[in-house]
Amino acid sequence: MSRSAAVCFHHVIKKYGDLSALKGITFDVEEGAFFGLLGPNGAGKSTLINAMSGLVIPTSGRIEIQGFDVQKDYRQTRRLLGLVPQELIADPFFSIRELLDLQSGYFGLTGVKQKAWVGELLERLALSDKSDANTGQLSGGMKRRVLIAMALVHRPKVLVLDEPTAGVDVDLRRTLWDFTKELHQQGHTIILTTHYLEEAEALCDKVAIMQQGEVKALDSTQALLSKHLYRYLRVTLGGAVNHLIAPLQERLVEKDLNGLVFKLEKTASLTQLLAWLHESQLEVVDVSSRDASLEEVFLDLTAEGSADAK
Amino acid sequence: MQSNWLGCWALFIKEVRRFYSVVVQTVFAPIVATLLYLLVFGHVLDTQIETYGEISYSQFLIPGLVMMAILQNAFSNTSSSLIQSKMHGNLSFVLLSPISAFEFYIAFVGAAIVRGVVVGLGILIIGMVGFDLTWQSPFWVLVFAVLSAAMMGGLGMLAGIISDKYDHLAAFQNFVIMPLTFLSGVFYSIHALPMFWQQLSFFNPFFYMVDGFRYGFFEQSDVSVYVSLLVTLVFLVLVSTINLILLRKGVKIRQ
Repeated sequence: MSRSAAVCFHHVIKKYGDLSALKGITFDVEEGAFFGLLGPNGAGKSTLINAMSGLVIPTSGRIEIQGFDVQKDYRQTRRLLGLVPQELIADPFFSIRELLDLQSGYFGLTGVKQKAWVGELLERLALSDKSDANTGQLSGGMKRRVLIAMALVHRPKVLVLDEPTAGVDVDLRRTLWDFTKELHQQGHTIILTTHYLEEAEALCDKVAIMQQGEVKALDSTQALLSKHLYRYLRVTLGGAVNHLIAPLQERLVEKDLNGLVFKLEKTASLTQLLAWLHESQLEVVDVSSRDASLEEVFLDLTAEGSADAK
Repeated sequence: MQSNWLGCWALFIKEVRRFYSVVVQTVFAPIVATLLYLLVFGHVLDTQIETYGEISYSQFLIPGLVMMAILQNAFSNTSSSLIQSKMHGNLSFVLLSPISAFEFYIAFVGAAIVRGVVVGLGILIIGMVGFDLTWQSPFWVLVFAVLSAAMMGGLGMLAGIISDKYDHLAAFQNFVIMPLTFLSGVFYSIHALPMFWQQLSFFNPFFYMVDGFRYGFFEQSDVSVYVSLLVTLVFLVLVSTINLILLRKGVKIRQ
């Protein structure tokens, strides 16, 4: 384990009968990182997160949080970790404030200071005016905010957010982004799983891409983007497309009213593309180039993984 | 490893507040239902069933009904709370906290004892006032009330852990708990039964709880109160051990 690691996974395996949900996961999340855990449905992201928080017991392997073993030193690791689960959980017997007070109590936290912190969380997450409302009667967005407050009652060093912005409106998504950025700036290590890859690209400084229980890629977000072998060229046309020669057909990824988008090897020259366009007798009005987005990197990596699996 | 008794206390309070928030369903309804048994059986059978000497059938019946209510309500408290938390997913709030398996067990069983004893006390007060019932030995009454509620709270937890849905729990309640309760001597002294059924009753742990509890009122019982105490304790330890093993392994909870 490196000295600055907040979370370490050592050969973590989880099997459900014949199904291997995690196939020997090994990597570290550095302290203070904003770490993205990406992958298609069923990749094993939630299983890994649940194993880290103790909700799932791995079949074998070891997980450490700031040097403490999740199984042996569970009291320490659970104090260090806050989890915002993916499911919108509620407890219909209690109000928001009661639930936060109870959760504080589970961590042995009582007294005026803790009450003040709960009040601050309610205020910061815009829940103050609903604090006496029953959690079973809240909207999805409200429940999501309650879950974030629940995860923060014990001021954890590591905050894990499992799909925090799934199903929330644009305003709330923005608010949650700002809030998690603020927590990160305060020194929290943030681990985020998300399906919104622009979210990971905007927030995360490091990313792991998982597929079928394995880590397919692990690097800084910038390195992953720059390592990608392709760039994307949008060609705006002045007329209709009647014919595309074979090299262009192979590289075409999108066609719309304004023109065509080609996926081109970074090593290929622009002159070559223009020559192919000319050969196809197309009237080119404009050409713009951009690097791959995280979503495109993700799709390429997971497509390779699926092909390998077949 | 350090303990977290404040966390255990918070969980106990949460479990008590959970049943208190639906007090009509969890306390008043069982009291009324049990008093209806007393009204119907006590009235119809008062002169027809032989009990211990001068004791009327209604007086004999009350401790049995009180214990039946304690057993059923202690069982219901843990089992329904656990299955509801599993189904709603909010059990994870507790599982994410630094509460050990032992503290978790103590908190749940503690709340089950409170509910069982509160319901039992409600019936007992009405019974003692209305039917001139007195307790000869409050010590044994209290010992059997608490130990039996603890054992049933533990059994409820076991059912809650094993069950994946309400249907499984209903099966456990209707095919195990209910028959064992009704055949435990709540309504009769086992000496009034044919020999075969009498012998069979000795294999029913609930019989010892009812019999020991009744001893606290009349200082008379079908078997020695010490035998009843031993059997109750053995079952309490057995059920607690199984629960603690399952909780530590996370069976059907930390999957």
